[in-house]
Amino acid sequence: MITHLPILQVVIPLMAAPICLILKRPQLAWIFALAVSGLAFAISLVLLQQVMVSGVISYELGGWQAPWGIEYRIDQLNALMLLIISTISTIVLFAAPESLDKEISKDKHTYFYVLYLLSLTGMLGIVATGDAFNVFVFLEITSLSAYALIAMGKKKQAVWASFQYLVMGTIGATFILIGIGLMYQMTGTLNMQDLAQRLPEVSQTRTVFTAFAFVIVGVCLKLAMFPLHLWLPNAYAYAPSIVTAFFSATSTKVAIYLLIRFTFSVFGLSFSFTTVPLQTLFMTLGVLGIFVASISAIYQHNIKHLFAYSSIAQIGYMIVGFSISSVSGLTATLLHLFNHALMKSAIFLALAAVAYRVGNVQLDNLKGLGREMPWTMAAIVIGGLSLIGVPLTVGFVSKWYLLTALIEQGWWPIAVLILLGSMLAVIYVWKVVEIAYFKESSGAPVKEAPLSFLIPIWTLVIANVYFGIDTRFSVEIAQAAAQSLFGGGL
Amino acid sequence: MNLSLEVMLQLSIVLPILSIFAIIAAGRYPNLREGVTITTCLILICFVSNLYQGLLSGETISAFWWELLPGLTISFDIEPLGMLFALIASFLWLVTTCYAIGYMRSHEEKNQTRFYVCFAVAIGAVMGLAFSANLFTLFVFYEVLTLSTYPLVTHAGTEKAKQGGRIYLGILLTTSIVFFLLAIVSTWFVAGTLDFKLGGIFADDVNPLITGTLLVLFIFGIGKAAIMPFHRWLPAAMVAPTPVSSLLHAVAVVKAGVFTVLKVCVFIFGLDLLAVLPTTQFLLYLAGASVLIASIVAMRQDNLKARLAYSTVSQLGYITIGALLATSSGVIGSSMHIAMHAFGKITLFFCAGAILVTLHKSKISEMAGIGRQMPITMAAFFIASLSIIGVPPTGGTWSKWYLMMGALEADQFAIMMILMASSLLNIAYLLPIPFHAFFPNLISFKQENQIPSSTGTSINTMSGLQIKEAPWPSLIAIVVTTLGCLTLFVYPQPLFELASAVLTGRG
Amino acid sequence: MLMGLFNNWVVIVLMMSGLYIVIAHGNLIKKLVGLTIFQTSVFIFYISMAKVNGGSAPILSENISLYSNPLPHVLILTAIVVGIATTALGLSLVVRLKESYGTIEEEEIQRQDNQQNQALNKERDK
Repeated sequence: MITHLPILQVVIPLMAAPICLILKRPQLAWIFALAVSGLAFAISLVLLQQVMVSGVISYELGGWQAPWGIEYRIDQLNALMLLIISTISTIVLFAAPESLDKEISKDKHTYFYVLYLLSLTGMLGIVATGDAFNVFVFLEITSLSAYALIAMGKKKQAVWASFQYLVMGTIGATFILIGIGLMYQMTGTLNMQDLAQRLPEVSQTRTVFTAFAFVIVGVCLKLAMFPLHLWLPNAYAYAPSIVTAFFSATSTKVAIYLLIRFTFSVFGLSFSFTTVPLQTLFMTLGVLGIFVASISAIYQHNIKHLFAYSSIAQIGYMIVGFSISSVSGLTATLLHLFNHALMKSAIFLALAAVAYRVGNVQLDNLKGLGREMPWTMAAIVIGGLSLIGVPLTVGFVSKWYLLTALIEQGWWPIAVLILLGSMLAVIYVWKVVEIAYFKESSGAPVKEAPLSFLIPIWTLVIANVYFGIDTRFSVEIAQAAAQSLFGGGL
Repeated sequence: MNLSLEVMLQLSIVLPILSIFAIIAAGRYPNLREGVTITTCLILICFVSNLYQGLLSGETISAFWWELLPGLTISFDIEPLGMLFALIASFLWLVTTCYAIGYMRSHEEKNQTRFYVCFAVAIGAVMGLAFSANLFTLFVFYEVLTLSTYPLVTHAGTEKAKQGGRIYLGILLTTSIVFFLLAIVSTWFVAGTLDFKLGGIFADDVNPLITGTLLVLFIFGIGKAAIMPFHRWLPAAMVAPTPVSSLLHAVAVVKAGVFTVLKVCVFIFGLDLLAVLPTTQFLLYLAGASVLIASIVAMRQDNLKARLAYSTVSQLGYITIGALLATSSGVIGSSMHIAMHAFGKITLFFCAGAILVTLHKSKISEMAGIGRQMPITMAAFFIASLSIIGVPPTGGTWSKWYLMMGALEADQFAIMMILMASSLLNIAYLLPIPFHAFFPNLISFKQENQIPSSTGTSINTMSGLQIKEAPWPSLIAIVVTTLGCLTLFVYPQPLFELASAVLTGRG
Repeated sequence: MLMGLFNNWVVIVLMMSGLYIVIAHGNLIKKLVGLTIFQTSVFIFYISMAKVNGGSAPILSENISLYSNPLPHVLILTAIVVGIATTALGLSLVVRLKESYGTIEEEEIQRQDNQQNQALNKERDK
């Protein structure tokens, strides 16, 4: 059983999705989905532990040997990603029934859980697989279920946002498909490790350059890197709150994983950063993204929009770390990936609680909530402090690493820009704080969110603080993953 | 109790933070709640004085909590400067709590539980800051202090409080994250360590251009030291209730700032390096300008708390100057001034608050003649003013003396002139207040201020008024700190010993 | 050059026209048509890539030694399924958009959204 864990990680949620459909009753479907997600979490824990102890796990699907058959390959990076996805998925799911009651009509609840599990499957699959084409398939599973989940939003704009996302997402995925096709044309293999070995021989051909360009642009569309981010704010803002909480923490992270995997492992460090001037390009776009998105966030009236823009800005930090192309830079990116998942899921889940009590998340409706929903608002404040990067929160840890990585390379101006960027975070976070704590509430008073919200929210908030204080776990894994990526291993 | 000194060191940081649970639990019973706070204060003082004894007897007291990031630890180590700061902060916390009980109740402030909770957290942060063994630990507590005092500054919850809070947080966070953090990360990279070490941590061959830039980053980054142009937060913070202004914005927060400056100058750069850095001179003049300009601005303030705030900005400049002079007298003067100014300024703020709660006056122009109603308060105000100015028989004399000596040793005559000019300005903006309070009918004052007839009559009738002092807990606090100012003149030895031990290591 | 890469030219023409339709047309159905053409071009790219000159269909037989590569065909079967799902989902979204907005023109939908936002902003200013 233990040897089959890599595939079970993906197959269990995949199988569970149709079973959910059979279960029919929303309550049952929820419990089942929660159990499945919990199981996925347990598997990812075991996998991580195995990887940390005994190194890379390679699993041959159906017993077919690697370059021909599909290989599932779990190294430190994959294991970390699997853990992030399954943890957030499980925690977020706790609050689902209450939140859905207010946002989605009762007869669609079961479908929601089906789609949720499918999208979980897709994300886990993208990460677990070591086969380039498999990545595309899982990417589309995630995306298709994501389009449907977003379209479930209460407002009519949700459908429109979903449609826009569908168009952009499909273009992005097809770009990746083209890139994979071109790579296959040049090398005759789809296995990532095999690709990594064969690509250098043909790396000076135009076809490989084209393949690289298609893959990178496609992935960047998916990860909403500035300036390819336009689909994200509306998709996050109008999706059901639970969906936003889940996706904000996972879907762009998975795309970042792909970016790292393709540039570092498949195409190789020297090709990605020496032959192609990726560094300058990404550094510029990353910093621009931080500023443009943070400034846009300041001018939003809908809090979900506000934090969606903040997500784009945070992606900018990860891109900057990535573009340093050093072990410490990559460590910073991976740490921020982990940390940002914790911050944003906490914040968006708290916003789900606000939406549950208040009905919407317009900034104006937050008035007086500091007093009426103290625990929920406190969670948003702590999440916000973490976004700013205050010591003793996770945000500080990743910022520290990013700064050291930049200074190590002597890039002082970028370091200063990064710090200025986090001052913009102070502005948009404090905009929320001031309205919540300094304005008298205008409407009827609301009660604190129910425990089914508060427990998952505060689990995440405590994680935000805990991993900001005890950084051994996150730093160790991120460092190990970054080192293995630079060691040329896959 | 048979606690080891190590445990006491850690408890003195943790205890105030633990006490918040008790404070919250006792939230509904004000007497019990304040009882908890006072008890905590007393225990804290007990710990700190034990630690002081330990330090005097030459023991090494340090503690290690955990490693936040590889190589960067949260750990503590007691040295004389931190001890001095901790002694002052813990003692004045007790006094302020006493004062706050009278003030907050008679002013009928809301959310008093939140007030005491944030106060306790802030003190915990100050203790952590004072005892920190490396720059990293110091930074963590520095930020905790900023955030825990934000709710105190915006306590009133009004639009004005919100504005003040914005400036407060905006400047303190911006400077600390953009400059201070950058300086720390760079120092970590250049020196390879962040541990405080006497004589500095930079290797000899480090490019002075880099260390010079770092020094500027540090001085700008430590926004709590309120060097112009980053001083705006301090007047903005005056929207807070007076006990907050007195303890935090005359003692804990601002002193945390200059304490950090001193720590960085002495233990990160080292005096030898500091003296030869190309940017030291520039920063000295910047601090000097800060002293003079703030004094002049203070003269133009009619709101008493605003005037005191600018006076604080100016006085903080002294301490920064003392640190940057890079001479032993300068450092001794700075360290002593942390204490002297703390006692003087807290008394002044206490008086301002007392006037506000009893007579509901905050404008200086309205305070003529109040000396007859509040003789004790105004007498205290007078003595504290003397201490700020630096004339006998008050403690301020000593610190000014050493600062002057430091300037002489370093051949900084311009700085000497600035210090003297500033003392004159101090006289000009502080002394008229108690003066007019006791002698309201001086003609010169009337001509200057063209008091409307209605106020004029009220002054005339005032002479018949009864004495109406502040609530007794507040009054006790005022008297205690005033006596402190006087005692420090007569008996400055312990302080002096601590201050001069800063440069030699253990006490 | 021209004829040797004939299949690639076809793919590029289809791909570009597909992308152009997606970008240039405001009608949502036309957008989806463009998207489908775009995807189809990639299918053709994969299929034509697998053709080996002189190769036969990849069915094991004794007197044939040269086969076309079957793998891209298999892959593209999956991609076609994905494409169908995308189109179906896209079309159903269009139906729902038509129901709620009363139109399937991009500009009109944007206009309605903007109007609503402006109304919200006015309310806030009051």
